[in-house]
This record gives sequence, structure tokens and C-alpha cells, in this order.
Amino acid sequence: MSVVAQNLHWGVRRKTIVSDVSLTVAPGETLGLIGPNGSGKSSLLRLLAGLRKPLSGRVDINGRDIARVPRRALSQQVAFVQQNAATDTNVSVRDVVRLGRTPHRSALSGWSEADEAAVVAALDCVDMTARRAQAWQTLSGGERQRVHIARALAQTPQVMFLDEPTNHLDIHHQIEILRMVRDLDLTSIVALHDLNLAAMFCNRIVVLDAGSLRACGTPDAVLTKDMLRDVFRVAADVSTRPGDARPHIRFRAA
Amino acid sequence: MTVADEPESGAGRLALFLGLSLIVMVFAVAVATAIGDYNIGLKTVFLSITNELGLTGADIAPIEQSVVWNLRLSRALVAALAGAGLAICGAILQALLRNALAEPFVLGVSAGASTGAVCVIVLGVGAGGLSLSLGAFAGAFAAFALVALLSNGATSGPNHTILAGVAASQLFNALTSYIVTTSGNAQQARDVMFWLLGSFGGVRWPDFQLLLIVVCLSLTICILMARSLDAFTFGDEDAASLGVPVGRIRLMLFAVTALMTATIVSMVGAIGFVGLVVPHAARYVVGPMHLRLMPACAVVGAVFMVVADIVSRVIATQQTVPIGVVTALVGVPFFAIILYRARPQV
Ligand SMILES: Nc1ncnc2c1ncn2[C@@H]1O[C@H](COP(=O)(O)OP(=O)(O)OP(=O)(O)O)[C@@H](O)[C@H]1O
Ligand SMILES: [Mg+2]
Repeated sequence: MSVVAQNLHWGVRRKTIVSDVSLTVAPGETLGLIGPNGSGKSSLLRLLAGLRKPLSGRVDINGRDIARVPRRALSQQVAFVQQNAATDTNVSVRDVVRLGRTPHRSALSGWSEADEAAVVAALDCVDMTARRAQAWQTLSGGERQRVHIARALAQTPQVMFLDEPTNHLDIHHQIEILRMVRDLDLTSIVALHDLNLAAMFCNRIVVLDAGSLRACGTPDAVLTKDMLRDVFRVAADVSTRPGDARPHIRFRAA
Repeated sequence: MTVADEPESGAGRLALFLGLSLIVMVFAVAVATAIGDYNIGLKTVFLSITNELGLTGADIAPIEQSVVWNLRLSRALVAALAGAGLAICGAILQALLRNALAEPFVLGVSAGASTGAVCVIVLGVGAGGLSLSLGAFAGAFAAFALVALLSNGATSGPNHTILAGVAASQLFNALTSYIVTTSGNAQQARDVMFWLLGSFGGVRWPDFQLLLIVVCLSLTICILMARSLDAFTFGDEDAASLGVPVGRIRLMLFAVTALMTATIVSMVGAIGFVGLVVPHAARYVVGPMHLRLMPACAVVGAVFMVVADIVSRVIATQQTVPIGVVTALVGVPFFAIILYRARPQV
């Protein structure tokens, strides 16, 4: 499914947080969203997922304006992994992943084979099957993050928004999760801080700076020395190999 | 991987639990009907009830039959419904406000009810027993409306809503104290205080009928919305991303709790503790998912309240101990055991 945003504006009071962002994501594409802290990545993701209403502009998912799609119908196709999600309730890992089936179940419908299959597959994808009975409260930070990704997968979405999904993850799981997201047959938009991971796994990268879209394109077109200096305020060397669109960034200490 | 550790098989456990609780409840109601200023045998109780229902024509002293049917049975059943209703309200508010300390009165409903009741008792607004209930009901809803206003229809986050509830409670408690101290006498103050702590004395069949409708309706709505309530586990925005129409569900459930609490408070006073503790106890048995939690809360709350009512009549035969005092006296030791057994393993 494609995701098309046109001239999105959002802000609170007089402060503009997302300003005039337009982008197009093709079906099956993995789009990276990068930018400094507070540049509006999470806000933009919420607008794209329909969790916030833009002040102006519109978002079409699969050709339909999401403002006109009922919440539940939208959630059957679109999943969102939050940057920080926490609870005080004493729920098990499995309970949390089962929540992902919410948009597919009616008020009193039983637990179907499809529901079970989705949950089992999702737990397996993030390597959490062995811990499915454990209390969510007792998980480590990275395990919680993986459970949330599993919940989004259990939603069997066609579009997935992930807000810094690799937070807290060890390097193995960072790579595993992003590889999985890339290889799954779905459109995904991923906010990332690790620029090398973005370069490795995204088809295209969008750079946000102070709420505006600064650059958009393939990793080698976007991740340039100048952009890193201007937007991220770091000095870095960018090495590319001929014929490879995936550059490698080495940051310099001084 | 065994089937036993899969949550859905918990349905069997829930059914067993509900079945056992219902049996305990029938027994508790029978006992509550049998004991009192003078005790009536369980057999007489049973025959009185079947007589009234037209099933038997046993020879029972009319006075005993009347006491059983008109005074004690209606009272026991109102107690059961009140307990069920308060426990359900507590469970809903704990989920919506994402706060383990939430209970039916956090949104100022009981404080508002007391102000309304005081207006009737002390200022003599209206007259008669009905207007006391009406006054309490109106006060409860006034408080709820104020909280809704202060928290933008509860859209500004759980803590904000709770703070609005605290503010409303303080305001209405102050109003109550002000009215009592400036225009009441000592006896009236005592009446108000007593009424607030709750009492099942004086409830009759019409109360039961009204409460039955309110509680059944509310429980049905809650069960239909149980899946949505589950989705609030990680917050409002997360619920929205799971397809829950957050604003609509939240408004609906707050309205249900307000209606149920206001009805109960206006009938039997502000009985504390049940709505706070029963949901935790029920969660301990059937887990945190609301499709199971709601019915479990209903039966546990009902049993608890009937037992509390029995205790209140047994511990002091000459005096009537307010039911709110008993719920805490009976409930705390019991809750202590649960807290102890459910303590985190560190
Ligand atoms: N509801 C709000 N009220 C006021 N300011 C807000 C609100 N939501 C976001 N902001 C501000 O908007 C800016 C963008 O926030 P956002 O969370 O989108 O940033 P981000 O790019 O995701 O940052 P990070 O990399 O730290 O996650 C921040 O400066 C934030 O303080
Ligand atoms: Mg963010």
C-alpha cells in the first residue's frame, strides 16, 4: 500500500512543529526518517498514521484519505510502534501481543485460528516466543521494545510506522528487526537515529529539520558530508563504494 | 508448549470461579435474609420467598414472611447490586485513568452527592425520602459535570482528570461542611455523616428494581467495550492506534460510571473501599483482561457487600454500624493477604 502525504502542517498554539511536508512512499518500500531531536519525526509519524489531525494537508493511504476512514478499519491496515510505551498493569507478554488483534476482533468474537497464528508468528519474528508467559513489567528495555514490535506485527498490517524501533536493542536485534521490517511484504516508515542503520536498510531516506523536509532520496544522495554538517552539526566522512547506494558514515571526534 | 499455559483456556477457570461465586452469593443472600434483630430459620426464609413468588403455599407466619420478603431480601439484593456496581466502576476507572488508586469516587461523585444530600437534610430543599435521593443524585452529577468541564471531557490525560476530580471533591466537601456548620445542628451533622458512610436500612423493592436496571445496563455496556478497555493498557494514543475510537469510548464509559455511582450513592450512601479493592482482588484471580474482569468484579463485589452487610448487623446488634466502616474492617485483612501473596518476586 502506498502512503502519500500532501502539504502537512501541524503545530500547537503558535509553534509550528511540522511544516509543509509532502512525501510519497511506494508499496513495499522502507522509508527512513532521520533528523535531530525535536525535529518532528514522531509528530510526523503520528500525522501519517492518523493519530493526530493535521492543521492542513492530507494523508492518503492506498489512495484513500485517512481522515475519512474509520479508526478501526484504518488500524486493520496500519500499525504504529511508539517510541516509549509503558504501563503499570500487570500484563503478560502474550497479553500485550494479543492486543494487536484488537482491530480484527468484534466486541465478543472468540479467539480465532487466524488470531492465534498471527500472535505465534509475531512472537517468533522478534525472538520472544520463549518469554511469552513472562510479565511485561519484568522485561528488559530491549525485550519490551521487541514485544511492542511483535504487537504491531500481530496486527498483520500493510503499512507500519515505527518510531525508533531499535532503541534499547542490542546490535544483533537492531539488525534483525530492521532486516525483518525491510523483508516483510509491507510499506514501512521508520524513524531512526542511527544513520548507518538507516543507510543499510532503507530504500529511501527523508531528512527532517525543524519540522521541514530537508532532503529526500536514496541513502547515498541524502547522507552527504554537507547535510550531516548542516542538519546534524557533526563532522563526518562518508565513504561510498562505486555501484553501492549504501554509504558508510564515520564520525570525527573533532 | 502446552495448552494449559494459553490464556484462552482461562475461560474454564473463569467459569468455575463465576459459578462458585454465584453459589456463595446465593448462600450469603440467604444468610443475610435469615439473620437480624430476630433470626429466622433458613427453611422459613426459603419458603417465604417461594410463597411470595407463588411457587408454594406453605404456612408461614405473615409477619415473618413480610420481614423476609419486604425488608431483608430486598436489602440483601440491593447490597449485592451496589457491591457489583461499585466494583465495576472501580475497574473501569482504574483502566481509563491508568491508575491503580482510582475508585468510583475519584471524580468527585460522592462529594457532590453529599452536598446534594445536605441541601435536602439541612436546608430542607424538597421533602421526603425521595428528594434526599434526588438531591444526592443531582449533586453527584453536578460534580461529575464540573470534572468533565475542568478536564476538557477527560481528553487532557489521566492525571489531569484525577486532579480535576480532587478539586471537585474538595470544593463539594467544603460546601457540605459550610452548610452543616453554618445552618445545621449537631443532630443534623450526625445524620449527614451517617448517611455518607452508607446504610442499607430503608431500601425496598423499588430501589432494587431501579438499581437492577442501571447495573445490568452498565455491565452490558462494559462487557461490550471490554476489548476497547484492554487497548487502553498503554495509553490513549496507543488505544487509538489499535483502532479504538478513544474519545467516544472514554466519554461513554465515564458516563456509565457516573450514572452507576450516582445511583448507588443516592440510594445507600458513599460506601468506600469496595470499588478500590475488589477490582484488584478480581484481577488477581482472573487476570487484567476486561472481558473476564468485569463479570468477576460484579460477583466478587456483590458477595463482598452482602457479607459486609451481614457483619455490620452481627457485630453490633443494638447499634447500626455504617456499612462503609465494615467494608474497610472486613476488606483490609482480606486485601492484605492478596497484597502479600501477589507481592513482586525480587
Ligand atoms: N503537544 C506538544 N506541545 C508542545 N510541543 C510539542 C508537542 N508535541 C511535540 N512538541 C514539540 O515538537 C517538537 C518535535 O517533537 P517530536 O517528538 O516530533 O520530535 P522527534 O523528532 O521525534 O524528536 P526525538 O528524536 O527526540 O524523538 C519538539 O520540539 C517537541 O518539544
Ligand atoms: Mg521522537
